[in-house]
Amino acid sequence: MASQEISSHYIELCPNPIRFEPVGKANSVFFDDANKQVFAVRSGGAMGVVVKGPDDKNVIQSRLEDRGDVMSIKFSPDKKILAVQRSSKSVEFINFLEDMTTDQFEYSQSCKGKSTQIIGFIWTGSTEIIFITDHGLEQYQIFPDKRTLKCLKTVSHQVNWFVCMPENGILLLSSGTLGNTLYPIQVRPGVLNRLPKFEVDLPSVPKPAKLSLLERDVTLASIYNQLYIVVLRHQPRASVGAEIVLYQLQKESPARKTDVLKLDMSGRFAINIIDNLVMVHHQASKTSVIFDIQQGSETDGFLKYHYPVLSPLPIKPFKLLLPTINVQAGTEKMEYLCDLYSANWIVFQPNIVIDAKLGCLWYIKITLQPLVTMIYDKSILISFLLNRRDSKMVILSVCQQMLIPGHQASLHTIAQVYDMLNTVYKSYRDTETQAMNGEVPQSVFNGLKKKVIIDQSDMYTHVFSVYEECKDIKYKFKVAVLIEYIRSLNQFNISVQHYLYELIINILVQNNCFYQLHQFLQYHVLSDSKPLACLMLSLESVYQPAHQLALDMLKRLQTANEEIIEVLLSKQQLLPALRFIRSVGIVDTASSRKFLEAGLNTSDDMLFYTVFKFFEARNLRLRSNPRFQQGEHCEHYVKHFESVFGIEALAAVPVS
Amino acid sequence: MSLRGSVTLKNFFIFNSNYGPREGEEEKKTLFFYPGDTDIDTQIKAIGLCEAIVKFSETFSDKSCESMHMLKTRQLFLEAEKDFWIIMTVSIPFSEKTKDGQSYIEYRDDDVQDSVYQAVLLQTYKMFKLFNGTFTNILARSNNDVESLKKRLDHFFSRYLLTLKLHQSDLLDVFNGIYFLPLDKNTYLQIQCLINRLEATFPIVKYTAFLYNDQLVWSGLEQDDMRTMYKYLTTSLFPTHLDQELQGATTRTSTSSQGSGHFGKFVTGPTNLDDPDSQGKIPRVFIHSEIDNEECFLLVYKALSATICMLINVNSTMNFDFYRKTDSFLGPQMSKLASDITEQYPKRSAASNADTQFKFIYFNHMNLAQKTTLHIDIRKLSGVNIPQETLRLLGDINADLTRNNEDGETIVKTASDFWVVGKKSDQREFYVVINQKNANLIEINEEVKKLCSTHLNSIFFLD
Repeated sequence: MASQEISSHYIELCPNPIRFEPVGKANSVFFDDANKQVFAVRSGGAMGVVVKGPDDKNVIQSRLEDRGDVMSIKFSPDKKILAVQRSSKSVEFINFLEDMTTDQFEYSQSCKGKSTQIIGFIWTGSTEIIFITDHGLEQYQIFPDKRTLKCLKTVSHQVNWFVCMPENGILLLSSGTLGNTLYPIQVRPGVLNRLPKFEVDLPSVPKPAKLSLLERDVTLASIYNQLYIVVLRHQPRASVGAEIVLYQLQKESPARKTDVLKLDMSGRFAINIIDNLVMVHHQASKTSVIFDIQQGSETDGFLKYHYPVLSPLPIKPFKLLLPTINVQAGTEKMEYLCDLYSANWIVFQPNIVIDAKLGCLWYIKITLQPLVTMIYDKSILISFLLNRRDSKMVILSVCQQMLIPGHQASLHTIAQVYDMLNTVYKSYRDTETQAMNGEVPQSVFNGLKKKVIIDQSDMYTHVFSVYEECKDIKYKFKVAVLIEYIRSLNQFNISVQHYLYELIINILVQNNCFYQLHQFLQYHVLSDSKPLACLMLSLESVYQPAHQLALDMLKRLQTANEEIIEVLLSKQQLLPALRFIRSVGIVDTASSRKFLEAGLNTSDDMLFYTVFKFFEARNLRLRSNPRFQQGEHCEHYVKHFESVFGIEALAAVPVS
Repeated sequence: MSLRGSVTLKNFFIFNSNYGPREGEEEKKTLFFYPGDTDIDTQIKAIGLCEAIVKFSETFSDKSCESMHMLKTRQLFLEAEKDFWIIMTVSIPFSEKTKDGQSYIEYRDDDVQDSVYQAVLLQTYKMFKLFNGTFTNILARSNNDVESLKKRLDHFFSRYLLTLKLHQSDLLDVFNGIYFLPLDKNTYLQIQCLINRLEATFPIVKYTAFLYNDQLVWSGLEQDDMRTMYKYLTTSLFPTHLDQELQGATTRTSTSSQGSGHFGKFVTGPTNLDDPDSQGKIPRVFIHSEIDNEECFLLVYKALSATICMLINVNSTMNFDFYRKTDSFLGPQMSKLASDITEQYPKRSAASNADTQFKFIYFNHMNLAQKTTLHIDIRKLSGVNIPQETLRLLGDINADLTRNNEDGETIVKTASDFWVVGKKSDQREFYVVINQKNANLIEINEEVKKLCSTHLNSIFFLD
C-alpha cells in the first residue's frame, strides 16, 4: 500500500544528492563544512581536484601539484584562496581568479615551534585563517598579492582536538589528559575571544588516565537560537542506554548543563540538527530518533530529561539511478537501493550525510505529514508542529481533522490547541507592535516571522470551513468549538473578527437557538459592530428581541446615529426618532425631508402634523424663519400639509 | 389595639366545567379546593358563581374575566389550560377606624392590585407545571384518569399555597424577572466553555444553567422554563439547602472537601460520594424547551457560590459512577471559577450602591433582566426600603404603562414627599424613587436623566 509506505517514514534524504567520485585508492574525498563543499582529490591533486556544492551548479575543476597526500583542503569564504594541508607542519595556499582558474603558484606557511603539529585550520575571513595546533592557536592575515602571510595573534594552549561551527563562529578546543576540559572560543574576523572554559563530566575515568572525550562524540549546534555543545555520553555498561548531554553556551559564565536526551540504546550514533530538532541515527538498529528540547520533559530541578518524540524509525529508503552495465537489457539506468546507516556514512552539521564509498552527499529532511498519525496526542502534536518550519498547512489540516466526526477531539484538547496557536499569534503581534514602535530591534521581529502564525482568517478558511463540507457535525459541537476559539482569542486580548461572529450567529439561527444568541450578546461575547447590528436587525422577523439588541448595539457604538434614525423611521416610530435626535443633539442637522416622508407614509395626519411642527420650530430657531429652505426638498410635504390643514395652519413668518 | 387585617388567601380552587355538565354532578367539576375542609355545598356554590361570572362577562368582551372586586375580597381568574380554571380569592386589607365616636371598618381596596395578584396566580400554575407537567399532559399520561390529576393537584397545591407570601407581593411578582450577574467577558466565556465541555463529556446532560448566588449567568433552557426554574431555585431550593448547611451538615462537607481538594458538592443528588446508598432525592421537572412536557431530573451541583443545574432526561440511566465522574470533573473547575468571580464581584456591588438617595427598579421584557435597589435582598426576606404605599404606586404606574402599551413617562409626587418616576422605552421599564424634599419637577427630571445616563448608558433607552 502506497499510502502506508508514505506514512511510516518521516525522515528522508533529499531526492537529488550531490554526486562525486567515490573514495578509492587514487581518490580522496574531503568535506568543508564551512562552505559545504565536497573535494574529490585524485592522486594528491595531480590528476585533478573536483569541488562541488552546496548546489550542483558550481563545479570547480582544478589541478594541484602532487606534493604528497592531502590532509585537509578548504576554500576561503569568498573562494579566492584555496588552503591545502599536506603535512602537520605547514599549510599551502593557491590564489584563484574570478573564472576559477589558478596560477598554480603555491605559497606556504609553517606553524611556530619545532615540535608543534597542526591539527587543522579554519578560515575566519576571506584573508584570515587560524591554525589549530597541539600547542594552541595561530591567527594569520594573508596577503594574496604578495603571497605572504603575517601572524596576527597566537594563543598558547594544549589542544587534543577541536570542533568548530563556522556559521556562528564558535571554535571548541579539547584540553587536558582526559580531553574533557573544553574551551569555547568566539572567532570572527580579527577577533579571538575566549569564553569561560568548562568541564564535561565523564561516565567513568579510566586508569591510567587517557583521552576519554573524543572528537566524534562532541557536536556544536544551534537549537532554538541558543548555542549548545552536544555531547554523546556512552555508558560503561552496554545495558544502560547512552545519553546525549546538552551544554548551553553562556557569554559570561561556563557553559551550563541543561538537558539530557535519553537514548535507551547503545552503540554507534551520529547526530544531526534539523529544524531545531536533535536527530540521532543509530547504526546497529538502522533507526533514527528525534528529540525536541521544547517539548514537555521530566525535570529534577536542575536538568531536563527528554525522551524521543517517537519510537525509533528508519530513514525512508533511497533509490539511486545508476547507469547500468548490462546494456543488452535495454534499460540505460537501473535503480540501486542505497544502504542506509552504512559504515561509510559520515555525518556533518547541521543536516548533511555523506556516503564516501558511494559518492553521495545528501541533506536530511523531515516530512511533517506522516507525523500527524504518529503522534497521537493532539496537543503534543500541535506544540511540536508549531516549532517546525513550513508546518502551517499541516497544523491547519490537523485542526480541521479534530472537528470531523470519527476523529473528533475532546473540547478540552481543542481548547489546549487553540491556546497554543494563540500564544504564538499573540507574541507575534506584540513583537510586531514593539518593532514598529522601535522598542525591539527589527531583527528580533524578523526572527519571529519565521515562526508559523495561525491567525483568524487561516482558521476560518481552512478549519471552520469544514462546517460547510461536513454536514454531520452536531451544531452544539460547532458552537462549542467556536466559543472555545473566541474564549482563547479574548484571553490573549486579540480582537475577534466579524466573520467568526457571523459564523456562530448563523449556526445558532439555523438551529433556532435564539435565546443562547441573546445571552451571548447580553454578555458582549460578540463584540459590537455595525455589521453585527445590521445582522441582528435582519433577524427581527424570526426573533423579536433582536430589534432591541440591534438598537442597543448601535447606541453603544456612538457613531451610528444615522442608522438608529433609519431603524426607527422604518418602524414608523417617529416620535421616538424625534426624541432620539433631540437626546443626542443632532436636531439641527437632521434631514427634515426624511422625517416628513416617514410621517406621510404613516397616513396618520396628526403624526405628520407633529413632525411638521417640530421642524418648523427648528427652522425658526435656526434661521428665524419657520419655512423650509429650497435645498431641503420639502415642497411636496408643505403642499400636503397645506391641503390637509390649510395654509393658515403654517407657522407665521415673523416680521422683522 | 384596633382590628386590622392584611392580604390573606381566602380560597383557591381549580375546576373544569366539562367534568360535571349535568345537574347533580356538580361536585365532579372540582379538581382542587382550598381550604380542604370546605363543605361540598360551599365548593359547588363558589364554582357555580365563577362559572356564571365567566359566562356572563364573555358576552361583553373577547377577553375572559380576569378579576372581580368585592368589598371584602378580590377574586382572580385564570384559564390555565382550555376549560381548566384556577380561581384565587384574597381578602382586602382593613383596619378599624373611629369617626364621630363610631367605630367602623375601612377596607382598602386599592391595596390589592390586580396586576400583582394575577401574576401570583399565574405563578402558582407555572410552578405546578414545572414539577408536574400540564394538566392535559397528566391526563394523557394516566389514560384520562381525573383522579390522578386531582391527586397531583392536591399533592402540590396543599403545600405550595402555604408558602405564598401574599402580603409581600409587589411589582417584582409582576415582572417575575431574573437577576443576571454582571460579569466580564473572559470569565463568562470560561463558564461557557466549562458548560460546553460538561455537556460534551456527559451527553446525558441535556440542558445546563449556571448561577452565582441568586444570579443567573447562563441558561441552556428556553426563557420561559428558566424563568420558572429560576424562581424555584432562588426561593425554595437554595434557601432550604443553605439552612441545612447551617444546621450542622457542615461536618460532612468539610471532610469531603478535604479529601478531593475542591469545594464542590451535590445540592440535589448523592450527599456522600463515598456511600453509593446516599443517592439522595433528585427533583423531577417538566421542561418545554425542545419538546413539550419533557421530564427531566434536576441535578444541582454547587461549589462555593457557584451553582450548576444539570437537566437529565428521566429515561437516561444515572449510576453512581456518573455522580463521581461529574464531581471530579466539575469540582476543581467550579471552585476556581467561583473564586474568580468572587474576586471581581465585590468591586461591582460597591460601585453601584454608591448613591442611596435614589432607589430604582429596572426590568427588560426581552430578556427578563431585572434589577432593584428598592428591595434589600432579592428574596424579600428583609423587606423594602420605601413605604408600602410608594411601592404600590410603582405597581399602579406599571399597570398604566402596560395598558397603553406605548412608550411614556409618569412623574408623581407622593404625599410623603417622595418623587416617583416611571419610564417605559421599547420593552424596558425603569422606575425611580427619589427622596428629595423641596425638589421641583424640573430638578427631578434632570436627576432622572442623569441617572439614566449613568445606569442605562449602554442600552437604547430614550429619555
